[in-house]
Amino acid sequence: MIKMKQKKLIPILVLIAIGINFLFADTKNTPHLGKEITPEEIASWDTSIFPDGEGLPEGEGNVHEGEKIFQSRCIACHGENGLGFTADQLAGAKTSLTSQYPEKTIGSYWPYATTLFDFIRRSMPMDAPGSLTNNETYSLTAYLLYLNNIFDENDKMTAKKLVEIKMPNHNGFINVYETETIHK
Amino acid sequence: MDRRNDRYFKKDQIAENGLLDRRLFLKKGLQFGVITSLASTVSISSAKGEQNSSKNKLSDLAWMHRPGESFSTYGLPSKFEDNVLRYPSKNEAAQGNGVSWTPLHLMEGAITPNGLHFERHHNGVPQINPKKHRLLIHGLVKKDLIFTIDNLLRYPMQSKTCFIECGGNSNSGWNSQPSMAEAGYFNGMVSCSEWTGVPLSALLEEVGLGKKAKWLIAEGADAFAMQISIPIEKALDDVILGLYQNGERIRPENGYPVRLIVPGWEGVLNVKWVHRLKLSDRPVMARNETSRYTELQPTGKARMFTFVMEAKSLITSPSAHMVLKQSGLYQITGLAWTGKGKIRKVEVSADGGHSWAEAELQKPVLDRAFTRFRIPWHWNGKPAILKSRATDETGYVQPERQKLVRERGRQGFFHYNAIINWHVDSDGFVSHVYDKDETKKTNSDISIDSDWN
Repeated sequence: MIKMKQKKLIPILVLIAIGINFLFADTKNTPHLGKEITPEEIASWDTSIFPDGEGLPEGEGNVHEGEKIFQSRCIACHGENGLGFTADQLAGAKTSLTSQYPEKTIGSYWPYATTLFDFIRRSMPMDAPGSLTNNETYSLTAYLLYLNNIFDENDKMTAKKLVEIKMPNHNGFINVYETETIHK
Repeated sequence: MDRRNDRYFKKDQIAENGLLDRRLFLKKGLQFGVITSLASTVSISSAKGEQNSSKNKLSDLAWMHRPGESFSTYGLPSKFEDNVLRYPSKNEAAQGNGVSWTPLHLMEGAITPNGLHFERHHNGVPQINPKKHRLLIHGLVKKDLIFTIDNLLRYPMQSKTCFIECGGNSNSGWNSQPSMAEAGYFNGMVSCSEWTGVPLSALLEEVGLGKKAKWLIAEGADAFAMQISIPIEKALDDVILGLYQNGERIRPENGYPVRLIVPGWEGVLNVKWVHRLKLSDRPVMARNETSRYTELQPTGKARMFTFVMEAKSLITSPSAHMVLKQSGLYQITGLAWTGKGKIRKVEVSADGGHSWAEAELQKPVLDRAFTRFRIPWHWNGKPAILKSRATDETGYVQPERQKLVRERGRQGFFHYNAIINWHVDSDGFVSHVYDKDETKKTNSDISIDSDWN
């Protein structure tokens, strides 16, 4: 036998159950077809590198190795000493960002050194993206920063070194999404 | 033009230099008769000239005396429309790096056919086998999940008709001299389609967002491995994993088998061939959100994460390189759009911006989609400057070029949305001009067109 008190509880419990159902309604209305994947499987796929160094792989490089790679893989488009040709000027900015003809190079414009590693490894060179090893990418990064007077010729480039580099134009950006209301 | 017609036009003129009531074409009776008989005599032709029509009588048509072509499995435009093409502008050293422009000046209505949707590729169009494509969602989530395309096709879908506009569209406007290209070939890095796919919010719900997840980092499966960061508020609001465009599966050059649709925001965020979404507490600071797609200001500081595409309009006809063969009645028509919602009104001027008349908007006016506008205009055969000015539902008004340049300088490269002027000379030839006082003030010469890598 159910006592009176318990009888009164039943509709309340039903209401709670309906409420819970509503809370999770969205989840239940989708088919849940995704397959779980292990961190090991993700590791080779996740190539995103953050300014604090998250995502940077093991490895090392140097300016001299980087120069060799630049001469064989990059110079055709980026020109001698990265002064630009059919592709971006990478170094040697002679004008300031407030001048009539500002030259936006790695040294004069890019806010984070880690972006360089991330971008080279995923997108460059255009005729064979993804072909550079981590060590080659560290070397090329070192060379391009060297061309911009940001990295010493004889230093060894590592993940730790790369994160420590503060780019000259680090404070040159206004985060419009956070500081203005145009997106609201 | 006889005097009787002039009188009618004078009565209906609502702004200087012949701009007429937008409802004129809709009116019934005598007036309507006068208008239509005139309209049929006046046409706009391309500057290249018209081909002579056949010497045969117009009633004796060869194709009425023999059976027509049989059926086709996939239809193509008429061979007589073979000039309606995208215009590629690419890096000769890397042929898949560049853009192709939508020929907006050769089109009508508010929907872009799939074969004419603009393209922006950083390193070519991948030919992706959908069976080998996976979408990974990982990072600050309760469980990392991968989905096949077949999986995605089973999810409840939504459709959204919206424009996609490259952040660099119209950027030759920053140059000191006006572009001499056809309207679409310097403003057509914008197109509008009906996109159908899975709301991203449904999949984010399945993976379970971590409390600290504030950004979504999207990556494409192309040779550029395009990467960009998107605020989580937007991802949860209206982003779609697009699978269909205007009813058919998205084409390779527009992101097959799946792309992001980020309504109203810069084209670069609408990642094509998307295969990885990483939830993070901060943006990744990729090359295309730092070194590119940021706008250098006269102060030396650059605007970053300027996602929304603000209101813009463009008269597509008459426009540059067209010729008005005789004075009389014309329809001025064009497109307006805003990343902040709906277009509220479009005003048109035929006297260089001294007086304005409201144009008719094609219904329905959709959120973040192309809005077609039209207004009748009586051209008196004298030089005229045509302008259009869009206002969106937030009250934002499309700026004059002078105002935009005063506020942003000329080195921003992206987000050019100023009013565009078409000058009609006394021979009816239409060309692109800046306001007179502007060309006097700026004499430096920069060329932005070549800077597309």
